[in-house]
This record gives sequence, structure tokens and C-alpha cells, in this order.
Amino acid sequence: MRKNGKNPENIALNVMNLACERGGFEIFSGVSFTAQPGEVILLRGPNGAGKSTCLATLYGVLPKSFGTVSFENIDPEREPREYLHIVGHVPGVKTTLTVKENLTFWAQLYGGTENVLPAIEAAGLEAIQDSEASILSAGQTRRLGLARLLVANRPIWILDEPTSALDKQGDQWVGQLIADHCAEGGIVIAATHLDIPHLAPEAVKTVMIGYSAVDHAS
Amino acid sequence: MKPFLAMLTRDMKLATRIGGDSLTVLLFYIMTGAIMPFAIGPDKDQLAQLGPAIIWISALLSLLLALDRLFRMDHEDGSLLAMRQASLPLEMIVVAKICAHWVTTALPLIVATPVLAILLNLEIDQTLRVIFTLLVGTPALICFGAIGAAVTVSIKRGGLIAPILILPLSIPTLIFGVSAVSSGAIANAQDAALLFLAGFTLLSLVFTPFAAALALKMAAE
Amino acid sequence: MTESKPQEPTPQDLGFFSRIAHPGYFLEWSRYFIWPLVGITTILMAYGLYLAFFNSPADYQQGETVRIMYVHVPSAWLSQFCYAVMAIAAIGSLVWRHPLADVSAKAAAPLGATFTAIALITGALWGAPTWGTFWEWDGRMTSTLIMLFIYMGIIALWRTFEDQVRAGRIIAVITLVGAINVPIIKFSVDWWNTLHQPASVFRLDGPTMPPSILLPLFVMFFAFSFLFLLLHFISMRTEILRRRARAIERQYAQQLRTQKP
Repeated sequence: MRKNGKNPENIALNVMNLACERGGFEIFSGVSFTAQPGEVILLRGPNGAGKSTCLATLYGVLPKSFGTVSFENIDPEREPREYLHIVGHVPGVKTTLTVKENLTFWAQLYGGTENVLPAIEAAGLEAIQDSEASILSAGQTRRLGLARLLVANRPIWILDEPTSALDKQGDQWVGQLIADHCAEGGIVIAATHLDIPHLAPEAVKTVMIGYSAVDHAS
Repeated sequence: MKPFLAMLTRDMKLATRIGGDSLTVLLFYIMTGAIMPFAIGPDKDQLAQLGPAIIWISALLSLLLALDRLFRMDHEDGSLLAMRQASLPLEMIVVAKICAHWVTTALPLIVATPVLAILLNLEIDQTLRVIFTLLVGTPALICFGAIGAAVTVSIKRGGLIAPILILPLSIPTLIFGVSAVSSGAIANAQDAALLFLAGFTLLSLVFTPFAAALALKMAAE
Repeated sequence: MTESKPQEPTPQDLGFFSRIAHPGYFLEWSRYFIWPLVGITTILMAYGLYLAFFNSPADYQQGETVRIMYVHVPSAWLSQFCYAVMAIAAIGSLVWRHPLADVSAKAAAPLGATFTAIALITGALWGAPTWGTFWEWDGRMTSTLIMLFIYMGIIALWRTFEDQVRAGRIIAVITLVGAINVPIIKFSVDWWNTLHQPASVFRLDGPTMPPSILLPLFVMFFAFSFLFLLLHFISMRTEILRRRARAIERQYAQQLRTQKP
């Protein structure tokens, strides 16, 4: 029996035949998958194939031109956005705030935990938690940005290249973060080349994006 | 309420720390007001007559100076995207940011107005009246500025275009703000101007959050 | 992952209004309107100018300069009408995300600015003999000047966006904010004007007008309106074609990129 701590309501995501176009020009099309609690969806495809666009369409920042994105079991009183965590290309870290202030802000804004210390520890930044984020290295800044995922519980994580600017150790850390989230019933949708460790292979689905995917494989 | 306060305090912290705009805006305001006499001449009566107008123009220009950064930084470093998943709608986030911006840029400038009033030879009661009209009118300036900033947020070098959009829209504020201090002959005109100014500010406070949030959403597409 | 690709609806599948507003279909049907509009505009303009120059009396106070009014008043009307067109198009952009609404708003902005500039220039030319100065801070002239600033701001904004699709909706927001503001600006300027200038000045369009002046004004009014319609059609067509050319270029670039081994 799987633990369901991160996803008590058993939220699932259904994507059918999703497409997006801009200015009459199709960026991607025909993306379909279902994400059940505890599953990881990896979007893969060549650069410029529309992975970021696809993620943005999923979380509703870009309008879809076709298809449906439906959340199962969500409270109709609440907006879908309140079930999501999104981390994009840029970490969203303010360099003139301290590490702790950065995370406390997100915790309060997201209606999350009072105590951000576990998240700081998870990111390995507890020794410098009261220093300004400007002293952090690129990798540490990235970790701080990702630590946002831990300060408020949202069942669905949408991550766009979460391992950019991270070294090998950082890659492992992100992999573990994703695995832990899914082990507790969360859903992760990520555009990444990372392999997720410690997860049953059937919990990891790969969605190819980009019409030239076949050409590249051959 | 807690997410709203978190947003408010965070923006206020950012504005007052290194890289923040509070002090720059304040200095720009005092300097703009103080260089006017060099162009007009040191005639005290003339300065006193033009004083309220000089103070209002200086306030308008210095507020324009800081507006570009209202949303730009957060848009560029991904914070704005993350804020859209908050338990607070984007419209309320815009309200919080406008409030924080007013407290950190307009309020210091209003507090410093007596300094300019002395340099421009304004009477005490006129000074108080200018301060009062600034208190009533600057929120409207910040509101239009917020719309301009939201509209230009996705333009890489949008710093110059936003004032061009905002200036024509801030003409009513300028007219009513200055008239509420020095409108001379016509009876009750000052009070009428003050009421119009207050009405205009309230109106802009009502539609700005929606307009700015809409523009920010469109800019993220 | 399913393979079925969403099909773009063809014009035949759509309702009447969606069909005439489909950019491709618009190019089709608007073609037949261009030449008739050219004809109507030319005839109206020729007749109106004839009436204005030869078949209407000079004013007993203003003399021959009153004839400037036949250009000034229609331009002033179009400067406001253009903004109304832009505001309606802005609603179309925001609510229905319709590409033709973006195109319409973009095409209307330079036209509005031009008519506003014509209104200002003719106003100044009229002012020189009447007021003794090219510029008077008269309520109407001042709000027309601010209108020109607003148009210029919007045109400048169109020119700063690289992505015209995104630009359409963002500019729609500021266009609507401007639409809320224009009446307030007009009111505040009038109020300010009465405050500082109680002396009555000649208005370019007084309240009482004899029929001999009204007829040419009426004809010119329609001539200018049709001129706007014609120019708006032409520049909308140009804009649609420009966007198509752009889209084809992008598609070609994409093909090159994905064909690369």
C-alpha cells in the first residue's frame, strides 16, 4: 500500500490530445497522458520541440488550441492552481533577501508550513540560512529555488529543466526529491533528461514531444 | 490575509535593501524640485505661486522613474510565475505590490515635501494642503504606473515606453491635484478639485488590479 | 499518446460571423469591397469639397476661414471614432482572442493618429487668423492633443513588441484602460479650461449652424468616414498578409531546423 501523505485527495491529471499554437503556427500537438498519484511523467524531445510550451499549457499560463487538461478529484471550490507547484527555467530567488526570508515568503504566500527549516536542511543550506542569497553559487541558488517545493504541500509538481545549473550531485538530489514526492502519492511532470532513481519503472512514464522524434531515434 | 501581508512585507523589504529604489526616488524628487528655481529664477513670489505645480510635477516624474521595476524583476527571475500558484489571486498580488510600492516610494516623498516647500517659499497652510493632495492623488499615479509597468513587462527595454503610455493618463490627476491647492479665483474650485481627485483615485484603485493582472497574464503567454 | 492531429476548422464549418471574421475569408470577401469603397469615397469627397469651396457662404465673423471646418470637424470625429473601433477590437482580442480583432486594432491606430493630427493642424490653421495664435489651450484642442499622445503611445507600443500575437492582447488592455480614461481626461481638461480661461473663445463648431453650412459638413462627414473605412480595410489586409508572410518564414525556419541530421 502506497503512502498518500502528499496527495490525500488522490488528485490525478488527465491530458487528452493537447495542442498549442501561436500566431497560426503549431508548436506541438497530440500530447496525451494520464498521471495517477505516485507517477512521474517525463517530457522528452529535441530542443525547441515545445517541451516548455507544453508545460506552460498544462499549468494554464498558455492557452491551449486543442484538447483537454482535467484534474480529477479536486475541490470545485478551489482553483486548480492551488494544487500545483511550478519551477521554471529561472529559480525565482531574490538575491537581497536571506535564504530563510526567501523560503518564508513562499511558505506564507502558498499558505504552507510555519517552519521552513526542514526545507532549508533538505537543500543543504542550513549553515547559511541567515545570509543574503546573493552569496550563493548558481547551484545553491537553484537548490533554494527548488526548496520552494517543500515549504507548501502541493500534490502536483511541474518542473521545467529542474537540473539546469546543477552538478552531478545536484542531479541526484533532485532525483531523490522527485522520488520522495512520488513515493508519498505526489505527481511530478518534468521536462528533464534525468533518470529518477528508487522508483518502480511502471511509475515513470515518458512522453515524447516533437514531430521529428522518430527521425532522431533512427 | 497572511499571504497578502507576506507579499506586502517582502516587497517593502526588497525596496529598502541594497538595490532598492526608495532612496533613489526620494533624492530624484528633491533634486527635480530644487533645480526648478535655476530655470525659473529665485523670485520668491513667483516660486511660491508655482510651488504646488513644481512639487506635483516632481512627484509625477520621480514616481515614473521607479515604476519600471514594479513587476519587471519578478517577471524576469520567475517569481511572478511562481506567484500565480499562490493561494491568492493575481489581482490581489497586484494590490499588495501597489500598496508596498506606494509605501516605499510615494510615502517617503510626501514626508520629504516640507523640505521642497521651504526651498520654494510655500506658506505653511499651502504646504499642508499640497501634502494632503499628494496623499490623495499619488495612489492614482501608482495605479496607472502599475498598468504601464504590467503592459511593458515582457519588453526587454520597456523602461522608456511605459512613461509615454502613463503620462497622458495621469493628466486628470495632475489637473485636480494642482487645482486643489492653487486654483485662484473661482469659489469652491479647490474643494471640488480635491473631491474629483479622490474620486479619480478610487476609480483607478478599482480597475487597476484587474487591468494590471490581465496584462501580466497576457505578457506571460 | 494518440496520433490524431487537431484540425483547424475550415471557414465552411463556422457560423456566419466567425466565417466573415476568419482572416483568410476576410481577405477573400474584403477584396470585393475595396474598389466600390474607392468610388464612393472619391465621389463624396469631390462633392463635399465642391460644396465646401464653392457652394457655401463665408461666415460673417470668421470669413473664409470657416471652410477649414469642413475638414476639421470630420477629422475630429474620426479621431474619436477610431478609438472606439480600437476599443471594440480590444474587447474582441481579450474575450474571443480573435486574430482579426488584433489586426483591426493595429490597423486603426495609425489612422486614428493621422486624423487626430489633421484635426490639430487644421485647428491651428483656423486659430491663427481667428484667435491670433496657432495654439490656444482651448478645452477641445487640448483634449485632442492628449488623444494624439495616447495614439502615439499605442503606436510606439506596437512597434516595441517582437511577438505581434502577444502584443495584440497586451495592447488591448491598455487600449481599454485608455477608453475608460478618455472621457475623464476630457472632463478634467474642460474643467481646467473653464477654471483658467473664463473668457469665451470662438469654437470651431458652434451650436447654431445654418443649412448652407450643414449640408457640406454632412457630406464631408460621410466622405471622411468612408475614407477611414477604406483605409482601414486596406491596412487590415496588408497586416494579415504581413503576418502570413511571417508565419511562412517561421515554418520554413522550423523545417530547416528539424531536417538537420
